[in-house]
Amino acid sequence: MNPHNKSIDELKQVAAQVRRDIVRMVHGVSSGHPGGSLGCTDYLVSLYFKVMNYSTDFDMDGKNEDMFFLSNGHISPVWYSTLARAGFFDPKELTTFRKLNSRLQGHPATEEGLPGIRIASGSLGQGLSVAVGAAQTKKLNNDPSLVYVLMGDGELEEGQLWEASMYAPHHKVDNLIATVDRNGQQIDGSTEEVMSLGDLRAKFEAFGWHVLEANGNSFETLLPALDEAKAATGKGKPVMILMDTEMGFGVDFMMGSHKWHGVAPNDEQLEIALQQLAVNVSSDY
Amino acid sequence: MKEYTYSEKKDTRSGFGAGLLELGRTNPNVVALCADLVGSLKMGDFIKENPERFYQVGIAEANMMSLAAGMTIGGKIPFTGTFANFSTGRVYDQIRQSIAYSGKNVKICASHAGLTLGEDGATHQILEDIGMMKMLPHMTVINPCDYNQTKAATIAIAEHVGPVYLRFGRPVIPIFTPADQKFVIGKAVMLNEGTDVSIFATGHLVWKAILAGKILEEKGISAEIINIHTIKPLDEEAILASVAKTKCVVSCEEHNRLGGLGDSIAQVLVKNTPMPMEYVAVNDTFGESGTPDELMEKYGLTENDIVAAAERAIARKNA
Repeated sequence: MNPHNKSIDELKQVAAQVRRDIVRMVHGVSSGHPGGSLGCTDYLVSLYFKVMNYSTDFDMDGKNEDMFFLSNGHISPVWYSTLARAGFFDPKELTTFRKLNSRLQGHPATEEGLPGIRIASGSLGQGLSVAVGAAQTKKLNNDPSLVYVLMGDGELEEGQLWEASMYAPHHKVDNLIATVDRNGQQIDGSTEEVMSLGDLRAKFEAFGWHVLEANGNSFETLLPALDEAKAATGKGKPVMILMDTEMGFGVDFMMGSHKWHGVAPNDEQLEIALQQLAVNVSSDY
Repeated sequence: MKEYTYSEKKDTRSGFGAGLLELGRTNPNVVALCADLVGSLKMGDFIKENPERFYQVGIAEANMMSLAAGMTIGGKIPFTGTFANFSTGRVYDQIRQSIAYSGKNVKICASHAGLTLGEDGATHQILEDIGMMKMLPHMTVINPCDYNQTKAATIAIAEHVGPVYLRFGRPVIPIFTPADQKFVIGKAVMLNEGTDVSIFATGHLVWKAILAGKILEEKGISAEIINIHTIKPLDEEAILASVAKTKCVVSCEEHNRLGGLGDSIAQVLVKNTPMPMEYVAVNDTFGESGTPDELMEKYGLTENDIVAAAERAIARKNA
């Protein structure tokens, strides 16, 4: 069971809260990565408040629980906020993000024991392999639950992701739902300028994946896509969702540009952002 | 000098294969991964008995390391197998982030370490792996000396919770440690008590240190010989107890003199009791093609090199 199982209207409320957390967290420490975090908010909120079956009483081994891995660890603000709002730890701890002696490291880590995190990420390209490994252990344990992993699209430039993409279909790792955040942006510009990714559907299908496409910034389309992905598991192929998102989604001046990949808003920008994210929100940390 | 005899020679990698086979029978959580080197790593017997617990990764070592890290989640104990070069330098970032920093219970099992890989040459003869691995927090680094000890170490690391780098090799060398000797991680093994010089050796150099001890004895020099099979955590107590008697040191390893066993020992000495120390190690250079014996001779890793180093250390002590 998902411990929250929210309706779409409720999911929208949670997403607005998470987006408020994200801009406040990065503003609070004048660093961090708001762009990708805002873009992937609806996806993370869908998993933790609707789709995944898990317990907020965190256990590293997660037997008989669905588990999520974040390969593009720099969007840690959205994961931390989602975990806190889902009940893994007190949202007040979000104020410690990126500060000394915090469990909320700049990039996700296990070293400080933050509940909900199962492996460090940040150096890109490793998360798909980790998720495949965890999925194979679930199979050995006769554990029917699923493994989810999110990657960035720019991250696909890392060769290791293609090693894992070759491995997972070969070994029929069909209890895995991977997602690419297709926001088309990376630090130095658009993905097409920096290193064109081409036809990702054709590429992953050629590697042997079951490929779906989804709009990652609309619960109305994202939730059915996640249902479809779940339905596609257990059929001999790993599942890949190519998820279109807009970097900075929800804050108009951050949207659609790589410039907000790793820049925090100033005081004035924060106020504008919070006004835009103010709908029915009253539980800021 | 205590007498060491042997009736058989084997490669240490076969000790790993035998240990893994036994683990397959005794520990249902042990799984194995290999990057297209099953025969070289002697993993065939494990695979034959446990096909469902073996993962062929192909020539994709980075993927293998992160896969192994993921497999620990849910309680499995993955043993990865490939050459030492591809177990360390090629995948340092994966080990650093997914395994060491994440504190994952992965056993990185590395064959063909050092010069004794032989004819394949320097591309494959890694001499920097101990240094790279020992610098990682949480990592345990083990370099056993013969078939029996490698088998025992393989079995022992499955019981240890945390990442381990297990280094072994290709050449066929004497089996001189007892088959029933328990392997205790971090506990040095006294091979010969002596009073004039402490010889600390690891891996393939342990047997050469024993040969050197005999030559030194003929010269009237009493060498204390200690097998440091675990480079990290280092048995500082054993080292300090020995040097308190001998007052000079020789370290022996099939590794670059920078960053290996010798440097770890030197740090202990500098901090506690500075004294003359000589290194038997590769002198900050790459290897080359040749037979193992030719290479050990050319790069100064023979029993005669250990004898000369001991004599230098003793001369410095007495100067």
